[in-house]
Amino acid sequence: MWTWFYRLASPPSVYALSGRLAPWLLAAAACLIAFGLVDGLAFAPPDYQQGDAFRIVYVHAPSAWLSTFAYMLMAVAGAIALIWRIKIGHAVAAAAAPIGASFTLCTLLSGSLWGKPMWGTFWAWDPRLTSELILLFLYFGVMSLRQAFEDPARGDRAAALLAIVGVVNIPIIKFSVTWWNSLHQGATVARFGKPTMVASMLVPLLVMFAGFMLFFVGVLCVRLRAEVLNRERLATWVREAVAT
Amino acid sequence: MTSGFLAMGGYAGYVWPCIGFSLATLAWNLWSAQRASRAALERARRSIAMADA
Repeated sequence: MWTWFYRLASPPSVYALSGRLAPWLLAAAACLIAFGLVDGLAFAPPDYQQGDAFRIVYVHAPSAWLSTFAYMLMAVAGAIALIWRIKIGHAVAAAAAPIGASFTLCTLLSGSLWGKPMWGTFWAWDPRLTSELILLFLYFGVMSLRQAFEDPARGDRAAALLAIVGVVNIPIIKFSVTWWNSLHQGATVARFGKPTMVASMLVPLLVMFAGFMLFFVGVLCVRLRAEVLNRERLATWVREAVAT
Repeated sequence: MTSGFLAMGGYAGYVWPCIGFSLATLAWNLWSAQRASRAALERARRSIAMADA
């Protein structure tokens, strides 16, 4: 099994596989996001308290989920690269960082625009908002640290260490709404019991989650190919891959 | 009907910019990933050409 895993995680395999997967993932993501947006914006009923402002959830919640998922992926990939010296781990972490950072920024901007009509302010030093802002700074820190060393291998190791240390922020983001008094609403979908949304509101949200997730994996594949090429450009397999 | 939809119950000034930010994030990700991919391919081709020369 380990032999199979090492072969799959080899740069030529990852380069070829991600090239084959990316167009399909991105096409499926486009269909799901288009359907989810139309269904959520035009056909889902307005919320009884928030009115039509609640429709921001269809872009805010999937962005927020991706912002933490991308960070976890980055940290796990970095840990795998540090522990088992599988170098594709550093490439995955480097590819995931800018995508995660962009979705964190999107989460903060959309949350801020949602906060104004609901809380009366664009920003509050609330535990959920503050921990999400710290996540954005962690992404910037990891990306900057990777570039800060002349030796790319040292940059990779330092970035992986920072990413692993920063994982402590993920449960803080997740549970901040239950641990502390927060302006931010609690979980509506990811609850141990039943979700608190009716099906006509929930279905477009789940479709948007799936669409954003596929989009993330699709863009990750494209970025991963670039990372692999940058890191392996003197390898013999690149000569054949570039020629085709 | 269309103007009611666009008005978003009086929250248009908040809902539509959010949708705009999100679509811009998706578009930026796609554009920057493809740009990085093209640049990496070009760099690899240059490295091979230099090694062959």
